[in-house]
Amino acid sequence: MREITIETIEKQVIPLCLTAAYDLPEDVRQAIARAADSEPSPLGRSMLNQLVENYVIAARDRVPICQDTGVAIFFVDVGQEVRVTGGTLQDALTNATAAAWSSGYLRMSVVEDPMFARKNTGINGPPIIHINLVPGDKIKITMAPKGGGSENMSRMAMLKPTAGAAAVADFIFETVVTAGGNPCPPIVVGVGVGGNFETAPILAKRALIRPLGQPNPNYKYADFEKMMLERINSSGVGPQGLGGRATALAVHIEHCQCHIASLPVAVNLNCHAARHASLEI
Amino acid sequence: MAIHHIQTPLTPEAVSGLSTGDEVLLSGTIYTARDQAHSRLCVLLDKGEALPIDLKGTIIYFAGPTPTPPGKAVGSVGPTTSGRMDAFSPKLIRAGLKGMIGKGSRSPEVIEAMKSNGAVYFAATGGAGALIAQRVKSSTCVAYQELGPEAIYKMEVQDFPLVVAIDSKGENLYIRGPEEYRKQT
Repeated sequence: MREITIETIEKQVIPLCLTAAYDLPEDVRQAIARAADSEPSPLGRSMLNQLVENYVIAARDRVPICQDTGVAIFFVDVGQEVRVTGGTLQDALTNATAAAWSSGYLRMSVVEDPMFARKNTGINGPPIIHINLVPGDKIKITMAPKGGGSENMSRMAMLKPTAGAAAVADFIFETVVTAGGNPCPPIVVGVGVGGNFETAPILAKRALIRPLGQPNPNYKYADFEKMMLERINSSGVGPQGLGGRATALAVHIEHCQCHIASLPVAVNLNCHAARHASLEI
Repeated sequence: MAIHHIQTPLTPEAVSGLSTGDEVLLSGTIYTARDQAHSRLCVLLDKGEALPIDLKGTIIYFAGPTPTPPGKAVGSVGPTTSGRMDAFSPKLIRAGLKGMIGKGSRSPEVIEAMKSNGAVYFAATGGAGALIAQRVKSSTCVAYQELGPEAIYKMEVQDFPLVVAIDSKGENLYIRGPEEYRKQT
């Protein structure tokens, strides 16, 4: 059994959170720059160029890319031969989130009680943690801060199995068009198909952290992603919803097995600031 | 397309001179307010009590900045989704509000109030908070400090880049723009 202390995890996760807030991943930068080059709308081009300038300023001046520094979401692959000591993995990630948000001047965006008091927790947490047990003696952590604007426009449906791919395509398209400018297009569209009521949205969230434009390894799903991207970018929604071509930077679909009676589909939208960062301990 | 240089406070003439699709560089004083601040302002209006800010000729920016680091005027400060303020904006417009800055379309009720009272809605680029911060010269909390990022901040801005998304005639770029670029499939 390899032992890893929570202090070790905290020390590495704090800078990981700051990187995610200030430094847009290279694949996302390239996708936005490409969108700016090929945008037919002059206004759309002007707004996309502002986004290019924005991520350069953010990285250079260590300022958050977006004021909505989001809820901290962690995907953690925990090797089965690892034992976390000095506390729980949850403690480590909660402490690291609080420390990063406070030392990095990130916005505390979490309230304790959703329905009544809505009092800010002051620690931007506790974070949302998805743990996966894997072979080995390492811990792999992906941190993906998620803003409210795009999360609010995400949707889920339990479709009829016989409705098939056409119904899935229509649901994704309607979700994107209904969202309009609210989720800050050009967006990344994460789709989870299959599983059940709780797994489809987690698959959709996971789809958002796949490197941009890397197709699904299954060619049928890869073709579907390509077709959906073209359809979405013909919708006219465009940059910021004000008209144009660049409505989405990518469509990523993750799928898994499901019940004979079900066709669950979840569409999780991400703004153009598709922030994430990973490390391995 | 010409770029309008606009100075606050917004006069009725300035409002009526702006058309949907115009690019604007805004300078002067604006106030941030989002969900909770809007809710509180409307409660005060309902009770007939004084507001912590003067709405006459004023522009409200739907935004909640990140904390200001030492030596800077403000943190990251892009727009938030305006639709969440739709329930409150008509009341503020009737009380004198002349401009709003945010992202995303507005409800028919907001647009009606804008037409009847001569107000304009600007779109700022969502997710460009670091760039917009460079156009903010100072930021002071003037009300509801306990709300943290949801408090009302008075900001002095210089050349804040905006687009007229809905003008005082009710012309809506969130409808017109996508229609223009939609491809028949």
